Amino acid sequence: MIPLSYYLILSGVLFSIGVVGVLISRNAIVIFMAIEVMLNAVSLTLVAFSQQTGSPAGQVFVFLVMTIAAAEAAVGLAIIIVIFRSKESVNVDEVNLMKW
Amino acid sequence: MGTIFFFVLAAVSVISAILIVAQKNAVASALYLIVTLCSQAMLYLLLGASFLAVIQIIVYAGAIMVLFLFVIMLLNLRRDEFGPDKKKIQRVLAFALGAVWLIQVVAVIKLGLSKMSLSPVTPEAALETGSVQTIGKSLFTEYLYPFEITSILLLVAILGSIVLAKKKI
Repeated sequence: MIPLSYYLILSGVLFSIGVVGVLISRNAIVIFMAIEVMLNAVSLTLVAFSQQTGSPAGQVFVFLVMTIAAAEAAVGLAIIIVIFRSKESVNVDEVNLMKW
Repeated sequence: MGTIFFFVLAAVSVISAILIVAQKNAVASALYLIVTLCSQAMLYLLLGASFLAVIQIIVYAGAIMVLFLFVIMLLNLRRDEFGPDKKKIQRVLAFALGAVWLIQVVAVIKLGLSKMSLSPVTPEAALETGSVQTIGKSLFTEYLYPFEITSILLLVAILGSIVLAKKKI
């Protein structure tokens, strides 16, 4: 079997790629995809620990995380469509109405 | 054998995750995200979580990514203005913060795992934990309440996205 630490480090690397992606990209849709990468990295950690401890709880949580990701994607993409309708762009730098 | 498989899958998922952010074209980013999600599904299989691997491909790489692609194609974005070319200081800061974060995570994993006593799992036990039967049993007995809450959450998401996306209700 592959050691648990390999899975944890892989998910750490994927999570950091997601963090950097959220910070550097300007396209709102790409930011959403980076968030999906982060969610998946956490899911990988949960599954690895669940298999290590032999309890299905972690996998049930991953199931719930997937449901929440679906809901988040639906609402977030609807918000992006509304922003695009009023601004003609999905550039997050232009969405500064509530900026102090 | 399993270790080689793990490293190939890890390389594929990391490279395609980097390409998601580096691409200028949003459709290409979405396709690379599908590659990442599928290689993660293979990693779940490698761990013995067969149910989650199937769900990952059907729900994530299927349903959610279709939603993403649908919205990208609906919006008809201008291609030239995107890509990761924000102000330079912001980029440098983002990479520095990401590197600090990664070092912290790896350090915590190394320190934390050395304090835990881990026993190696047999493949049969792993398959037993990840099977549909085990997960279904625990989902509908112990975690029934979160499961029902999730259905309300999905209903709210449907209503919310309709209300947001519709011009006049």
